[in-house]
Amino acid sequence: MSTTLKRVHGYLAEFDSVHDLYHAAEHVRDAGYQRWDCHSPFPIHGLDAAMGVKRSKLPWIVFFGGMAGTTTAFLLQYVTQNLIYPTVVQAKPTVGVWALPAWFPVMFELTVLFSAFTTLFALLAIIGLPRLNHPIFASTRFAKFSDDAFFVCIEARDPKFTQEGTKAFLEKIGGKHVELVEDDI
Amino acid sequence: MEATATATATTPTPAPTTPRILEREPLVLNNRSYSWITNRICGIIENKQPGLWWLLFIPSVMLTGVMAFGFVYLISTGVGVWGQQQPVAWAWDITNFVFWIGIGHAGTLISAILFLTRQKWRTSVNRAAEAMTIFAVMCAGVYPMFHVGRVWMVWFLAPVPNANAIWQNFKSPLLWDVFAVSTYFSVSVVFWYIGLVPDLATLRDRCKAGLKKRLYGMFALGWRGANRHWSHYETAYMLLAALSTPLVLSVHSVVSFDFATSVVPGWHTTIFPPYFVAGAIFGGFAMVLTLMIPARKIYGLQDLITPKHIDNMAKIILLTGTIVGYAYCMELFMAYYSANPYEGAAFLLRTGHSGSWPYYYAMFFCNVIAPQIFWFRWARHNMIAVMIVCMFVNAGMWYERYVIIVTTLEVHMTPGAWRYFEATWVDNWTFIGTFGFFMMNFLLFLRFLPVIAIGEVKGVLPQSNPHYDPNAEKGVQEEDLMNYPDRHVAKPATV
Repeated sequence: MSTTLKRVHGYLAEFDSVHDLYHAAEHVRDAGYQRWDCHSPFPIHGLDAAMGVKRSKLPWIVFFGGMAGTTTAFLLQYVTQNLIYPTVVQAKPTVGVWALPAWFPVMFELTVLFSAFTTLFALLAIIGLPRLNHPIFASTRFAKFSDDAFFVCIEARDPKFTQEGTKAFLEKIGGKHVELVEDDI
Repeated sequence: MEATATATATTPTPAPTTPRILEREPLVLNNRSYSWITNRICGIIENKQPGLWWLLFIPSVMLTGVMAFGFVYLISTGVGVWGQQQPVAWAWDITNFVFWIGIGHAGTLISAILFLTRQKWRTSVNRAAEAMTIFAVMCAGVYPMFHVGRVWMVWFLAPVPNANAIWQNFKSPLLWDVFAVSTYFSVSVVFWYIGLVPDLATLRDRCKAGLKKRLYGMFALGWRGANRHWSHYETAYMLLAALSTPLVLSVHSVVSFDFATSVVPGWHTTIFPPYFVAGAIFGGFAMVLTLMIPARKIYGLQDLITPKHIDNMAKIILLTGTIVGYAYCMELFMAYYSANPYEGAAFLLRTGHSGSWPYYYAMFFCNVIAPQIFWFRWARHNMIAVMIVCMFVNAGMWYERYVIIVTTLEVHMTPGAWRYFEATWVDNWTFIGTFGFFMMNFLLFLRFLPVIAIGEVKGVLPQSNPHYDPNAEKGVQEEDLMNYPDRHVAKPATV
């Protein structure tokens, strides 16, 4: 049973070019909106500053992921080679720090391995993907975001959002086909 | 300079001449629009494949079967079906392993090192090159797996507790190799997949509702091109590039440690890691061009993979080929200069006194002499010439590994134990089969995934710069440049 009740997600405005989107983003930022985003088929150089988006914290998370890899590799080798199963071959030192240089390759590889997977999973966690659907996909025009269209969407949960005011604002800064995006409840 | 300045100052006001503008060659020719790029690349997947695709795909699948048969026959009969015997315990299997893993390195160089150095031309070739990396590493991985003899025991390579309470020897380069190659494969897949997500979203948005849309949609993770996502995404991409750069150098260095840390004359040299890495990139670029030159022609991608791209890759082949040539000469020099009789003997045998000497000269010609033609611009711009050189390099890099591995072991130490290696039909067909497996994977990739990074190519168009003035004069097009005497100098702006 479908219901006719809808929840307003926000206003979606289309822009013709990167140039227009960039300047629109500056206007939205300066107007003090918080809950809004630009949508584009590719990352746009400088748009973060135009939107007032802060630098990603991802490298910090990845740093700790990488360190976890180094530690894992060190412990794996220390415990197996020194404590559980010392292998006396190749006339090389078996125990203690003298064997350490021989452990570097594995320590390096696991650092990279752990860092790469931390990057993947931390990225997905930060951006909140994967998700099966999003209200913005209700707009039929929006499907062009992955081809050649540029959008600004100001969400209804923004404290400055008003149905009339936001629409007028988006039209004033050059937005085309400004439409109300609604979500089925 | 000063004299010129004074002379100019005293001349009675000459008519203002427009300076000739040095303009970069465009990365995408003919001022293509965003939607042209989307349509052209997605069109490859959405339209029927050309007849040639099937003509290549069917034999590739059959050869994959041959490879599988080769391994099944090996397991069911015994390791003796391969040609190796003492003293050549490492033969075609390790040669092929090093050959395939090396091919993969060009993909990572393009996707990671050229990304960090801001070489924007990489965007047109990185996707296909990364795919090639993954498939090449898969082809490489099967060889050591079967080389261990009892493939069902291959899990002993992984440091997991087992009933015998045995642990691996972490001081062995062979174990380092396990870690290096498996890390390389995993990280390459992650890097490739993260790059694919926005393009999968493009494919999803173009599909009609159905299974295809569901599948592309699932792998696109609900991507909606939000800039707050792009911001983190770009950071993640850069981190992966920064991680992959030392990784790719480490992988082939570790592969070379398999040889360099041994005490075999001809292997025990410190030059091996850089020499192997340069060789890997060299061989890999040849394979990238071998695949991309036909693909751009068949699928009409000439505006995206331009002569400029081919030119750049040919230059990298020339550079790395020359580094490899330097390494060959330095090996010979060190064999002489070290005054080590065993080292000297190894190289004397390799270059003439052993029955396998033709391999050495085939290697030298293919890898060092053949690419020298790329000093000439006409050769770098002649697709047939480029293809011929790439074929030489593909063959030459296999010879190189054969020379290093097999011809060294054949005449290793005690002359009484010398024995020439003879490949069996199982060796031959398993190797040919891996080419089928590689091609089959690459053709499936062409069929189902965007061969060029759609989003990244759009990002390097001039109109993607926020400061690009839409009313400004359009960039000089390729046709104009072709008619102009010096291609790198654009016409004066007034013309």
